[in-house]
Parts: sequence; structure tokens; C-alpha cells
Amino acid sequence: MNTPHTPSSAPDELAVLAPPSPMAELWRDFCRNKGAVFGLALVSTYLLLALFAGFVAPHSPIEQFRDAVLTPPAWEDGGSVKFLLGTDAVGRDMLSRLIFGSRLSLAIGLISVTLSLSLGVVLGLAAAFYGRKVDTAIMRLMDMLLALPSLLLAVAVIAILGPGLANAMYAIAIVRLPAFVRLTRATAIAELQKDYVIASRIAGAGTLRLMFITVLPNCLAPLIVQATLGFSTAILDAAALGFLGLGAQPPTPEWGSMLAGALEFIQRAWWVVSLPGIAILLAVLAFNLMGDGLRDALDPKLKR
Amino acid sequence: MALLDIKNLSVHFGADERPMRAVDGLDLSIEAGEVVGIVGESGSGKSVTSLALMGLIDAPGRVFADSLTFDGRDLLKMPARERRAMLGRDIAMIFQDPGTTLNPCYTVGDHLVETLAVHEGGSRRALRARALELLQQVEIPDPQSRLAAYPHQLSGGMSQRVMIALAIACNPRLLIADEPTTALDVTVQAQVLDLLLRLQRERGMALMLITHDLGVVAQTAQRVVVMYAGQVMETGSVPAIFKEPQHPYTAALMSALPENNAGRERLQTIPGVVPGAFDRPVGCLLAPRCTFANARCQSEHPALEHTPAGAVRCFYPLVKS
Amino acid sequence: MISFILRRLGVLIPTFLGITVLVFALIHLIPGDPVEAMSGERGMEPARYAALMTEFGLDRPLPVQYIDYVFKAAKGDLGNSIVTQEPVLREFLDRFPATFELSLCAMLFAVCLGIPAGVIAALKRNTPIDYGVMGVSLTGYSMPIFWWALLLILFFSVHLGWTPVSGRLAIEFDPARVTGLMLIDSILSGEEGAFLSAVSHLILPTIALGTIPLATLARMTRSAMLEVLGEDYVRAARARGLSPLRVVVRHALRNALIPVITVIGLQVGTLLAGAILTETIFSWPGIGKWMVEAIHRRDYPVVQGGILLSATLVIVVNLLVDVLYGVINPRIRHAR
Repeated sequence: MNTPHTPSSAPDELAVLAPPSPMAELWRDFCRNKGAVFGLALVSTYLLLALFAGFVAPHSPIEQFRDAVLTPPAWEDGGSVKFLLGTDAVGRDMLSRLIFGSRLSLAIGLISVTLSLSLGVVLGLAAAFYGRKVDTAIMRLMDMLLALPSLLLAVAVIAILGPGLANAMYAIAIVRLPAFVRLTRATAIAELQKDYVIASRIAGAGTLRLMFITVLPNCLAPLIVQATLGFSTAILDAAALGFLGLGAQPPTPEWGSMLAGALEFIQRAWWVVSLPGIAILLAVLAFNLMGDGLRDALDPKLKR
Repeated sequence: MALLDIKNLSVHFGADERPMRAVDGLDLSIEAGEVVGIVGESGSGKSVTSLALMGLIDAPGRVFADSLTFDGRDLLKMPARERRAMLGRDIAMIFQDPGTTLNPCYTVGDHLVETLAVHEGGSRRALRARALELLQQVEIPDPQSRLAAYPHQLSGGMSQRVMIALAIACNPRLLIADEPTTALDVTVQAQVLDLLLRLQRERGMALMLITHDLGVVAQTAQRVVVMYAGQVMETGSVPAIFKEPQHPYTAALMSALPENNAGRERLQTIPGVVPGAFDRPVGCLLAPRCTFANARCQSEHPALEHTPAGAVRCFYPLVKS
Repeated sequence: MISFILRRLGVLIPTFLGITVLVFALIHLIPGDPVEAMSGERGMEPARYAALMTEFGLDRPLPVQYIDYVFKAAKGDLGNSIVTQEPVLREFLDRFPATFELSLCAMLFAVCLGIPAGVIAALKRNTPIDYGVMGVSLTGYSMPIFWWALLLILFFSVHLGWTPVSGRLAIEFDPARVTGLMLIDSILSGEEGAFLSAVSHLILPTIALGTIPLATLARMTRSAMLEVLGEDYVRAARARGLSPLRVVVRHALRNALIPVITVIGLQVGTLLAGAILTETIFSWPGIGKWMVEAIHRRDYPVVQGGILLSATLVIVVNLLVDVLYGVINPRIRHAR
């Protein structure tokens, strides 16, 4: 934005209208970014599909139509309207599995982000508030986690907990933890220097009140952005674990595990290989676009 | 013939239909070896004028001019490569904040050698010798070791001396100094200004000194150009204008000088700010802030009228009472 | 400079010890005990069980076991694989060159395309070129690479038949192992066509593994360039009549690279994580595939050793990046 000043509406208009509420202003800034709006639309679509999977999906995601194994999508030769996107190697409807898969992926994202966000905020605030020793201990622990490549750490956690969807979520939550801790600590420390915190402290606010009521609300903007972007990595990592056979176990219709055995059908059934991947890519892309848009809208200084 | 002759220069930013006119129909000429002071408040278009002259206005900024003649050649009509070759060689520029105008990754010597190599060439050894000589000319103590210094190891005054050395490296005929002392400590300001003027005299360079400090202009320049909101308000020889300013704006600037306010409790100031794109007056640009403005000033735009001392853009020039 | 490195090492040692605790704890956090876990569902005779417990030293108190573990690890003894009975360190070193070769190629691929793409996007900001580069890189950044690898195989190997599907070399070649890097060993072997075969096996895994670093680097380079291009010293360089190419490369890019180098260093972790997926798909005999197999076989000493060695690798590379950062950034070099 290189223009020396921003165009504003004519003064007489301004006099009549009240300044826009912060939410309205945020929404307006967000909508200026076409990619972000596209991301939001995609996320909403996935959300609706996930919520109403039972009504939208034409079949059960695990029902096997033994007489219709590897049916191609409806528009291909040999396709059938009964299975719009074809069936997989044991005759399950791809479309239904993909729809139910969105439910799983969003749930994985939601749960793992909630876990690491809440734990990360508590640890981050503790590091910022409770003196040097606590700070050093927490940050060293986070350094350790950061030294392990994300998927490797997840794999290590799974090695302890055993493969499975729930364990994959814990693993992803642990992998994402350092990002939230560091971010919370950094923003909290920056806020602690400000006068309103000092004023509140002089007024006799206790440490817990200072942490969660005075400081935390002012750290939310970057955390919201990080959480949105966390959704995309959670979905991606969960799919990767599923693909490796360490996450969701068959016959769960998880996108990554749907691709696990796909390599052998690569010559015969392209739809088995490509469709789950497209579902993952679009979901991850949607959250990334939304996160970028939110960051730009929440903090004009971060605009790149 | 003037060394530099700018005819009807405009620089616009922002939307086409309602641009922000950073510079608006500016005429300016500088003779060889002359020192011209350009004064005005922040936002008056002084710096943008110099950047336009150097060809450093990037899109979305737009530059228009009837002609930008340097030494008889129109800068606007020559190929980009040729125009670029003149920068640093024939026209050089120093900037306001020396702390950020040197590349932090390179030493002082690297900067000088690079500039000399691009414009003059020669062996590395010869270039380094020239670089050393230049540092001596700008009175940097211990020049040999300073060649290897990085910008962050230099003080502000030192950095500005290095910038001056870079500017004079190829013996330019015009030096543009954009607020060269504003960012420096008060004690260093006079030294740097003296250095600039000495070099100007020794080398017979023309010097375009951009400043908001009328005091500096009074001490150094032969001619002054007063700018306001992208336009020339008044121009003329320094003694004449300082003796009897004709434009109310020039007069107001002078009465705001601390030395003209001795004994007063408060400095006199000019109320209001320079207009932007959306509050640009139809009449005289100064009208909203001018104590003498009347209905004509509000509705009609005055032209730049020639006077015996220079030129003034006002319907009712001040006369000595 | 030396004291800077020593200070960094001082911070790293506790981190490293912490990781040994984590890795050590790994085997003890498994429900039941490792021997039980290894034996699987069939169970084990009590005598054999007791013998194994003693063999692994699991019948001693935990702190003793930990200290024993750290001292052995310091000597390079990370135990033996349960499946192959080979020392873990040797298995790791056998496979490491394959991962190293692949990661290096992927990083080169990412750097060679990502940095120019970022620079071009920054120079052409807010034009269709910029939007195009940024759109593609965001897509690459969001790509599930195991699927991306499948697509590459589907298109280049199955559809066009240009590249092989898996492995490092066609079976008719058998170059002697000298460096462990197939590109070099295949040349040294003198076998005709071996080098080309090695290259053709590398292409798809390189693209698959390099995509996310490529996208990250392009985005990072663009934003670093945009910041630097607005700096006064870039304008001052232009005002001295330097050519646009010289201004962009020598003045802008040189400064923009300082943060980019850090990002390149951080990508080493991404590469190791990505290697787990890429190697599994392309049957690339490196440490990623080795570890995934170990987890499926419950070969805990291998998992343990692999994680410790990978973490060590990341820590060492990050230290090197810090040092390099000091070298290319004069401000740091002189400040410490």
C-alpha cells in the first residue's frame, strides 16, 4: 500500500455515520482480500458438509457394495449415477467417504488446535508472568520439542501411544504446542510493558486476574491467526499419519488413510488416488487463505 | 544557459481521477555553480521534486513535465540507460538519514569502490586509492581504517560524510542535498554544512539544498525557492527575499524563525497543515491558512508573477509599509 | 565469533540432554514394558522374558538405566535393532547418505526456484505475475506431499513413462558403495547409464520433497525483498546510477537473504519430516522409511535411536545456520 494517504469518504458522510464497530471494520478489511473470502467460503462448505454428512451423503461411508468394486465416477465409461464419484477397492462410495471425511478432518483440527491452544496459552502466560526460572524451564522444554521435526515428533508420540485417530490428535496437539507457547509468551511480554497493565497491577489485581482478564484479551489477535493456520497443519499432519497407517485406522473414512493403499490402484483407478488428495488440499488451502486474510485484517502492520 | 531547467513538473500519486498532487506545475532553474535553497514545510513537495529529477519515482507515482533539461539535454527524452549513467556522475544526491542510506552489508570502501567502478572504472588498487582520497577530502579522521568499517560502526555525522564522499566521487556538476543535516546532532550540523559548502566552492558544483530551515538558506544560498503544497510560492535572490518577503507564506515562515521571536513568550506559528488530495482548495492553496485571504483568494488560483526580485504567486503581494 | 559459538553450544547442551530424557522415556512410557510390547500378542515364556529384561538392562532402577543409556549413546552405542540384530547406529549410517542426497537435491531445487520466484514476485508486486507466483506457492505450501508424490508418479511415471516409480537405481546396475551418494557412486562405477539412471530416480522424490520448502522460500523471499526494496539504501544505490540488476542483486537481495538463510536452516526439520513420507512412497532406502518400518515392527531401539539422531542433526544444522547468519550479517559478526 504505497499511496501516501488512504482515501476516506467525504467529511459530511462521516459526520452522519458513527465510526464502524470493530467487528464491522474487521469484516470489511477481511472482505477486501478475495483469497480470504474464498477460503472462508470453502471452510463454510466443509463445515456444512461435516455437520449434515448424514443427510448429504448418499450412502454409508463404510458400506461395501461388493458388486460395484472400483466403479469409475458417473461421467466416465462404466460409471453409475448411484456412485457419483465412483467406488474404492472394496466397493465403498467415494463421495460418501469424502463427505464423512470432512467431519473427521474438521474434528481433528478443532480438537488438536483447542488442546494445544489452551495448553499453549497457559504455559505461555506462565512463562511470561512467573519469573526467570519458570520461563527458562518452559522455553527449554519447547526448544526440545522444536528440535524434533514435526512429523517425526508426531511419529514418536504415536510410537508411545500406539496408532489411532485419538492418539494422532494428541500427537498433533503436542507438535503444535511450541508455536502457541512462544507466541503467547512473546505477545504477553510485550503487553506487560504497557501502562494499562501497570495501572491494573497498582489497582491491586491478582496475578491470575492480570494474566487472563487484563493481558490475555490483548494477545488474542495473533493467537486467532495462529489457531486458524494451526487448523491447516493439523489437517495435513493427520492426513499424513493416516497415510502412514499411524493415524485413523480402516475402515474410518479419513482422507489420509483413504490414500494409504491407493498406490496400487494408480494405474487402474485414478479417482481413488486423486479425490481424497483434492479434498485435503482444498481444506488446507482454505484455512491458509483464511489465516492470511485474518492476519492482514487484524494487524495492518503485518501486511505483506 | 542554466545547468538545470525544469519546466512544468508535476508528480501525482494515487487514483487517476483524484490524484494527490505532490508536485504541481513546478518551474525551477539552477545555474552552474549556484547554491539554491528550496524551503517549505513537510509535505510541500521538496523531496519529491528531487526524486523526480533523479528518476526515482516508482509506480504508482507518475511524473509529468514539459522538459527536464540538464546541461542542454532533456532527461525525459534520453534512453533510460543514458539517464542512469548521469546519476552519480553528473547529478548526485545525498539524503536525510545517513543511518539508513548506507547498505549495512558493505563497508565504506565497498560503497566508494563500487560507485567509482561503475562510472569510471580502473584497477581495484587505483579505485581504493581514490576512495581513500575521497575520505580525506570529506575530513574523516583515520580514513585508512574507515575504509574497512561497516555502516553500523559509524556515527551519524561520519555516515553523512561518507554519503558526501560518495556523492562527490565522480565530480558531479549538480549536488542535491535533501535535508542533509536534519537527522544529525546539532553540534555536527554546522560542520557538515560547512563541509558541503567548501566542497561546493572548491569544485564549482551547483548545490540544490533542500531544507525546512530558512536560517540555513540565509547563510548559504544565493537564491531561494519557497514551496507550498507542490507549488512554487515565491522565488528570488536571498538578500532580497529575506529583506522584503512578498508572499504572505514566506513572511509567515520568517516570522516563525526563533531569531525573529526573541522576547516573545511563544513562537509564532502558521495555523493548519498543508492540504492533501481531498481538501485541496480551488483558489489559492494557502487561502485557508492565510491571514490576508479574501473572496478572490478563495475562488481564484493565482499564477506565478514575475517581480524585479524573482517571482511570486499571490494576488496581493506584500509591500513594505 | 568463537565466544558466540560457545554461547550457542551452552544453550544447546541442556536441550540435547532434554531430548535424551525424552527419547529414554519413550521406551518406558509404552504401556506394559518394551519386552512385552515387542513380543506381540502371542506372549512369551517367562524364562525368555526374564532373559530379555536382563539383556536390555530393564530390571535395574530407572536413573541407573538412564545414565547407562546416555553414556552408551555418547560412545555411539544406541543398542541393536530387535529385527535385524544390527547396531542401530550402523543401520542409521548405512541409510543416511540416501536421505542426505535426497534432502540436498530437494533443498537445491527449492532454493534455485524459490528465491528467484520470490524476487520476481516482489519486483512485480501487485501484478498478475505476483498473484500467480503467490497463488502457486500457497498451493504448494498447502500440498499434502504424499498425495503430490502420487500425482507425480501418476503423471510422469505411469502416464508419460519418463521416470521410474521407486528405488534409487535400476536393478541392472550395482555400483560399489564409496560415498553412499548414488549420484557420485554411479559415476565412479564407470557403468554406462548408471548415472542417468540415478538421476532419473531422483527427480520425482526431489520435486515431492522440495515443494513445501520451495513454497516457503518463495513467500519468505518475497516479503523480505519487499521490505528491503523500500529501504533508503536501495534508493541511495539507485541515486548513484547503479544498474537495476546490480541494485536488486547486490544491494537488495544481499540484505533480503539474511532472513531467508535462517528459513533455509529451519527447513531441515521440514525436510526430515517430509522424508518420512517421500521415502515411504518412493521406496527410497533412507532413514525416513527405516523409521516408519521400525514403528510398524515395534522395533523400539531403532525408533529411539532414529529420533535421537534426527534431533541431533536438526540441532547441529541450526547451530551451523546461526554461525552462518553471523558470517553474512556484519551487525551480528561485530556485535558479539
